Amino acid sequence: MKLRLQISFLIALSLLAALLAPFGISSKFQLDVLTLIFFTAYLGQSWNILGGYAGQFSFGGVMFFGTGAYTSSILLNTFGLPPIFGIFAAIFMGALLGLLVGYLSFRSGLRGSYFALITLAFAELLRVLANSVEFTGGGVGLFLTYAPGFYNLQFNSPTGFYYFSLILLVISLVIAMWLERSRFGAQLVAIRENEDAAEALGVDTLKCKIYAIMIMGGMGGAAGTFYAQKYLYIDPPISYSIALSVEMLLVTIVGGMGTVFGPLIGSFVLHAVNEIARHFISTPGLSLIVYGFILIVIISYLPNGLVGLFRKTRKSTEDKDA
Amino acid sequence: MFSVTLSLLPAGIINGLMFGAIYALAALGLTLIYGVLHIINFAHGAMLMLALYSAYFLFKILNIDPYVAILIVTPASYIFGYTIYRWGIGKLSGGRDQNILLITLGLSIILENSALFFFTGDQQTITLPYSYESFDLGFLYLSYPKLISFIASLIICVLLWMLMTLTDLGKAIRAVAKERDGARLVGIDVEHVFAVTFGIGVACLGAAGCMLLPIFYVDPYTGNIFVIIAFTIVVLGGMGSIVGALLGGFIIGVTESVGGLLLGESLGQIGISLIFILILIFKPTGIFGSKV
Amino acid sequence: MLEVKSLTKRFGGLIAVSEVDLDVAKGEIVSLIGPNGAGKTTLFAIIAGFLKPNEGEVILNNTSITNLKPHKICKQGMVRTFQITQPFATLNTLENIMIGAYANTSNKSLAKSNAERVAEIVGMTSLLYQTADGLTVAARKRLELARALATDPQLLLLDEVMAGLNPTEIDEIVDVIKGIRDTGVTIFLIEHVMKAVVNLSDRTYVLNDGKLIAHGTPNSIASDPAVIEAYLGHGAAETMARGHKT
Repeated sequence: MKLRLQISFLIALSLLAALLAPFGISSKFQLDVLTLIFFTAYLGQSWNILGGYAGQFSFGGVMFFGTGAYTSSILLNTFGLPPIFGIFAAIFMGALLGLLVGYLSFRSGLRGSYFALITLAFAELLRVLANSVEFTGGGVGLFLTYAPGFYNLQFNSPTGFYYFSLILLVISLVIAMWLERSRFGAQLVAIRENEDAAEALGVDTLKCKIYAIMIMGGMGGAAGTFYAQKYLYIDPPISYSIALSVEMLLVTIVGGMGTVFGPLIGSFVLHAVNEIARHFISTPGLSLIVYGFILIVIISYLPNGLVGLFRKTRKSTEDKDA
Repeated sequence: MFSVTLSLLPAGIINGLMFGAIYALAALGLTLIYGVLHIINFAHGAMLMLALYSAYFLFKILNIDPYVAILIVTPASYIFGYTIYRWGIGKLSGGRDQNILLITLGLSIILENSALFFFTGDQQTITLPYSYESFDLGFLYLSYPKLISFIASLIICVLLWMLMTLTDLGKAIRAVAKERDGARLVGIDVEHVFAVTFGIGVACLGAAGCMLLPIFYVDPYTGNIFVIIAFTIVVLGGMGSIVGALLGGFIIGVTESVGGLLLGESLGQIGISLIFILILIFKPTGIFGSKV
Repeated sequence: MLEVKSLTKRFGGLIAVSEVDLDVAKGEIVSLIGPNGAGKTTLFAIIAGFLKPNEGEVILNNTSITNLKPHKICKQGMVRTFQITQPFATLNTLENIMIGAYANTSNKSLAKSNAERVAEIVGMTSLLYQTADGLTVAARKRLELARALATDPQLLLLDEVMAGLNPTEIDEIVDVIKGIRDTGVTIFLIEHVMKAVVNLSDRTYVLNDGKLIAHGTPNSIASDPAVIEAYLGHGAAETMARGHKT
């Protein structure tokens, strides 16, 4: 109980620090890095719900992000719908895509590597489609107008986007905390641990997995709107980039799958690695090489990620105390 | 307009078959590894990219013709594959299917970005003395490199098939594929056979890389294109089926080429992902689902 | 309560279960025995919805559940355990049992108190916070039972919950099962341990090569020539009968 109180206190303190950060950090660059860390952690959390809690790894998580980005951007450019509403359309479309992909693949019993690969194929399919049809702007992509304002979810200072990403992050953490306490979350974990046993004990495994991928899809959709409004340009390779799919799973695996703070911790660590690597050598590729090694090491030696490492030491000290 | 496209169709099909043979060779490696080790090697595309670069540098620096380089790159790829399995993937995996997928994903990230780091992201192509010479089929000119690659790929596929069916090594591999514990009991060094199989799978890529280089290009991301192609062929042909991989290779080659012709370069690529998805959803055992 | 009508399951050319008819009445403990490979687990898997039969029908409380998925069947009040225990390995005992309890409530504290109650019934209170992958075989068997029980079933299908246990552990679990029956739960079980079968069951079915070959009270079954032949081989019944005479 005492530990729980300490953790709650720590969370409250971190949140306060995050809220006050823009007043303390004068460097635009540093604030941007923090924004990116939160944003990646948010995407990682979306992957974590299906991958970490429910144990269904996807290699094409970017498809929801891309679809969300296109949804709100097309609505804005073609119909003039402000992104403050467009983001909900993006969430809806992301969830709808999740429903479609989840229904098709889970219904036919795909799991493990097959599920991972089919999500990759869906993302590729959407990339090719986005590249070929007219209303996405094809290979040229979509340009958005710079018009800062709350309704446009655009801000003329990095602080605005910083708070935007913080809100997304907090929402994702709240979703994960709800999973930890709810029946739905417990059922997802049961599916991850043993799908047959879960089904035997009355868990509607198909429905649970579809709900999980829909939540992932909705979260990804919102991330797409965030990206589009921040960078004001999207095209098929950005929107459906394999690299982003990999980043989502990478931060989660490094931090700890199936944990509330895993994606955030992973995101901090990997961005730190990235900044350090960039500091020494600026040739592209170096930090990703390091990421690759980190992924292999974590999978091989730390299957529960960095959070697992923390838990292990905590447990052993508790055992010693007892 | 449509009739023009139609008149190009035979050429499109032939062209697709040419590439299809090389695809089949690359997919053979993947399907062999799956059939025996029951693991999915996600780094397959990246390893093909590595083979393409090897052939490229052998040509650029030592002026070795890529078709001759097959004799160097294939054994080198075998050694690379054997080593990386025996002392890498095999040791680290711990047995879970998804872990292997992620470890090989990590490996592909490392390979891809090392290529980016050392060779830059520029696309590289080579021109051979006979690149522009061609064979007249009547309705189309078939360039020599395409023809040579086609024939050589088929020969290697047949050699591989012979290796698997006629030799003692092939028997040992098939024994391990069917019944690994039993094979261990009768004294087969299973870990060695696994590594050998992985090595042979990567060797297929070595050969495929050499044959692909004269008619394609290489950059650090080439592997991404082929990983989906190879997986599609493998699920189409049935995981672990050699004949299936060959047929699948031709089907995918033709689909890509004809799809590009009918739907345009960009949308034409859709066929492959679509086939992959449909097969996995409706017939996950593949169309020609016989095992190694 | 449970009726199985001419159930048949084929795997390719192999007939695993052939035209099986049986029934289990409310409040009974009925057992299903038979040599290895007789098709007992397959039959259970079909009844619980994990496999689809080629022919036949499964009826629970007068409604057909033949093609329902397992989780639906569980909601209708019938739940199975697995012969090879299938724990949620990284979860602790309490969390494992709670998954079962969640079948009836979405309230966490209610699920928790139900799980604790069930843990007490099966004697696992001291193991509540132990992770499942660290449990002994005997404890895992109990955990299977506990999780199933936590779904609050009317009918429990138990697949060899005593295999791999020592005599003391068997006696304990027999008592647990009797206790469960006394709370009004009907039980249908597959078992190899004959002592337990005789001790527990009101009626017994014998399955051999996918077909039911005998049915009756455990004691009458034990002396049935067809059953003895199935277990000990052709001619065994005759030999034994002759042995008794002399």
